[in-house]
Amino acid sequence: MTTFSVNGSTHRTDVDPEMPLLWFLRDLVGLTGTKYGCGLGLCGTCTVLVDGQPARACLLSVSELEGRAITTIEGLSPDGMHPVQAAWRELNVAQCGYCQSGQIMQAAALLAATPNPTDAEIDAAMSGNLCRCGTYPRIRAAIKRAAQGAQA
Amino acid sequence: MNARIANAAMSEVANLSLSRRGFLRGIAAGTFVLATGLRPARAEATKYGAEAMSGGLKDDPRIFLTITDDGTVSLLCNRAEMGQGVRTSWAMVVADELEAELARVKVLQAPGDEARFGNQNTDGSRSMRHHFQALRRIGAAARQMLEAEAAARWQVPVAEVRAARHEVVHAASGRRIGFGALARDAALRPVPVADALVFKNPEDFRYIGRDGVALVDNVDITTGKAVYGIDARLEGMAYAVIARPPVYGGKVKRYDAARALQVPGVLKVVPIEETPIPSAFQPLGGIAVIAENTFAAIKGRSLLEIEWDDGPNARYDSAHYREALEAASRQPGKVVRSNGDVDAALAGAARRVEATYYMPHLAQAPMEPPTATARATQDLCELWCSVQNPEAIRTDLSKRFSLALDRVVVHTLLLGGGFGRKSKPDFASEAAILSRAMDGRPVKLTFTREDDLHNGYLHTVSVARLEAGLDAEGKAQAWLHRTVAPTIQSIFMPNAEQSGAFELAMGAVDMPFAIPNVRVENPPAQAHTRIGWFRSVSNIPHAFAIQSFAAELAAAAGRDPKDYLLELLGPDRVIDPAAVSDQWLYGEDPKRYAFDTARLRGVIERVAREAGWGRSLPSGHGLGIAAHRSFVSYAAVVVEVAVSADGKLTIPRVDIALDCGAVINPDRVRAQLEGAVIQGVSLATVGEISFKAGRVVQGNFHDYPVTRIDAAPKHIHTHLVIPTGFDAPLGGVGEPGLPPVAPALTNAIFAATGKRIRSLPIRDQLA
Repeated sequence: MTTFSVNGSTHRTDVDPEMPLLWFLRDLVGLTGTKYGCGLGLCGTCTVLVDGQPARACLLSVSELEGRAITTIEGLSPDGMHPVQAAWRELNVAQCGYCQSGQIMQAAALLAATPNPTDAEIDAAMSGNLCRCGTYPRIRAAIKRAAQGAQA
Repeated sequence: MNARIANAAMSEVANLSLSRRGFLRGIAAGTFVLATGLRPARAEATKYGAEAMSGGLKDDPRIFLTITDDGTVSLLCNRAEMGQGVRTSWAMVVADELEAELARVKVLQAPGDEARFGNQNTDGSRSMRHHFQALRRIGAAARQMLEAEAAARWQVPVAEVRAARHEVVHAASGRRIGFGALARDAALRPVPVADALVFKNPEDFRYIGRDGVALVDNVDITTGKAVYGIDARLEGMAYAVIARPPVYGGKVKRYDAARALQVPGVLKVVPIEETPIPSAFQPLGGIAVIAENTFAAIKGRSLLEIEWDDGPNARYDSAHYREALEAASRQPGKVVRSNGDVDAALAGAARRVEATYYMPHLAQAPMEPPTATARATQDLCELWCSVQNPEAIRTDLSKRFSLALDRVVVHTLLLGGGFGRKSKPDFASEAAILSRAMDGRPVKLTFTREDDLHNGYLHTVSVARLEAGLDAEGKAQAWLHRTVAPTIQSIFMPNAEQSGAFELAMGAVDMPFAIPNVRVENPPAQAHTRIGWFRSVSNIPHAFAIQSFAAELAAAAGRDPKDYLLELLGPDRVIDPAAVSDQWLYGEDPKRYAFDTARLRGVIERVAREAGWGRSLPSGHGLGIAAHRSFVSYAAVVVEVAVSADGKLTIPRVDIALDCGAVINPDRVRAQLEGAVIQGVSLATVGEISFKAGRVVQGNFHDYPVTRIDAAPKHIHTHLVIPTGFDAPLGGVGEPGLPPVAPALTNAIFAATGKRIRSLPIRDQLA
């Protein structure tokens, strides 16, 4: 039995301890905002926060989660008004939008640690998150806007 | 059905059929026959554009619009949303002509049904190009019905009332009434015939052509609530993955599922019959593992023991195949365009230039891999999936299961990228087969990323050999282009070895240069894997070869590449497609859509000016230019590269100009161009799928890399050539930006380093 929280709710589970958090969230809990993209930690599409730190849900097995606090895109803010979410909307960052849950979680973690990131810091933090539509220019711009908004 | 999906797309479709009566209360379907009057009559036999598409074009507001008592306008979007912004852009058009507030327009997704909704194949950069005027008619007709109802209530002439901002106003008396209060009775009024429609003056547009419109799905996407195909959830759903033949045309010789069945959560192992080559959109066959969750299915599959019969493509090897394509390019091939006497002109040339270009297979690799959820009983098959072409899967499954077409119901959810992969609904058939094998229990079938790369419909591998004869002044007098590539037709026709008219007309035969002697040949090429559409399709290799070669000729002539490109393009003229043996023209009417070289010149000049062509650059930097017309739009790109002493490539800046006719949603046009630049950079620098022993070598994003943010161009500047008014024919937007990117990039590398890249991807060729 493993006990951890997801967006503030406690989960106690005896699923296969090897099951990645990704499939636990998507198939068992029904939180489908966290997306599958590669299963190997190569694309960042499944990025969540574990105790506030960004992590790839496809690489974390349930057995590693005892006592941890998971935050998914559904729990990033109560009202969708996290500065990163707001900036993403203001700049129409998304195209298909599929990777954007992971991008937003990664960007939120970046800004929590580095409130005013440089271009190089943005590239370094975000280079694990693939976007096939090519929204990178707007992701860069939205992170900067969120940084300004958070300080305003 | 659980609450999650019930709150999302599919139940809204179900609700719609009820709430439609809010607008159409009391009207039985088919009571009105006026809809036919909305479609312009066309006497001639040849159909073009939307009217030539299966299902045709529908513009009856009663099919697409609902207005409820609270004034909420619901619009059924008839095309799949895959990042091009179609749901937002369609709402903008209808809201504008309807005089509705966009914020009060809710966009719902039409289920698959071409007989009812018209063509639904989201492909070929057609959605806005084919539907803009129809969407205007829908909005205008509904507005006039609302105005007529208000005028009748107030007993004033209809000319005295005017719809504005979600209400109808009678200025003389100051009376006003909201759309919601009018909707029920307005719906009883006849739909105006086409001739009676009054369109807004474009100067009064509030959304069409305007920047700053928020995406209708922005909130859902940024909060994780958006429902993509992979997110469908049905009560009691099982989860499946399939071990498919690793070689196209292979099949299972024998298998042992004992260990797979021991995995906790695995429910069943189901063999799927293979489809013989050519397999079209049908499943490849293999062994499916169905489980209580995706993880158990994947784990169970990893424990299957399968012996494959690899079949006729077991020796497909990309290195050898490239040699075969190159050998074919050195031999004459089927002549697909001929003007003048190329052989004589080459023989008499002062100088001959020859080059051979190569592009490998590519996988579309949308971030959401192919996935479908099916609930298939003996008499009803329902699917929830992200497909570009829902009618294709309805047709396939109605045949497979001997069901009437209306017993195959397709709910199109958001696509997490498509790029052509999801126009082939093999995955939806697989899901339906598995649900039947589970006696109607819903099954979600997921492609893992490995499955996506191993069992795709790949962009074709290609060789282009070009030869030109220049006169003493360096002017091109002869042009010989041999294009060799396995054809998409090979998935439908046994042993198809020649390119289709549609592939040749994507840049090869419609090459616009004003050269007196031109021949295009198409030597044969056999396919050994499934070939499919990839964003921009054959335009990618054709533009890469032709636009690279144009720059090579400029270098041979000692000329500036931009000036030489314009000289090749020659005097402004409209090219008769018949004169260049273009038998396709993207399905469009030659009277409206023939190649206008002035427009290609226009984007070349614009992008050169915007990019500061000719400006002085730091050492190791270079500018490259390329231009290409595709999907009846005109695009030109200037790339600035920086190549370090040790061969590291960076891209400080890209400028891209597009002339797609009227621009409906400039923000989404720019977004498509930004994306095209990055996808073009990705395929040019790192994209390659290759085969050994009939199998795809690459497995995931570690060995099939796509461009990441740190390798993306630092600055992308988009430049839209926007005509006055909205009556000119619209061009495509999703695809035309991509083809010129790769040659502009390699031309820039040549400018920076003197090294000519003729084989993609560039990868470590600069080291």
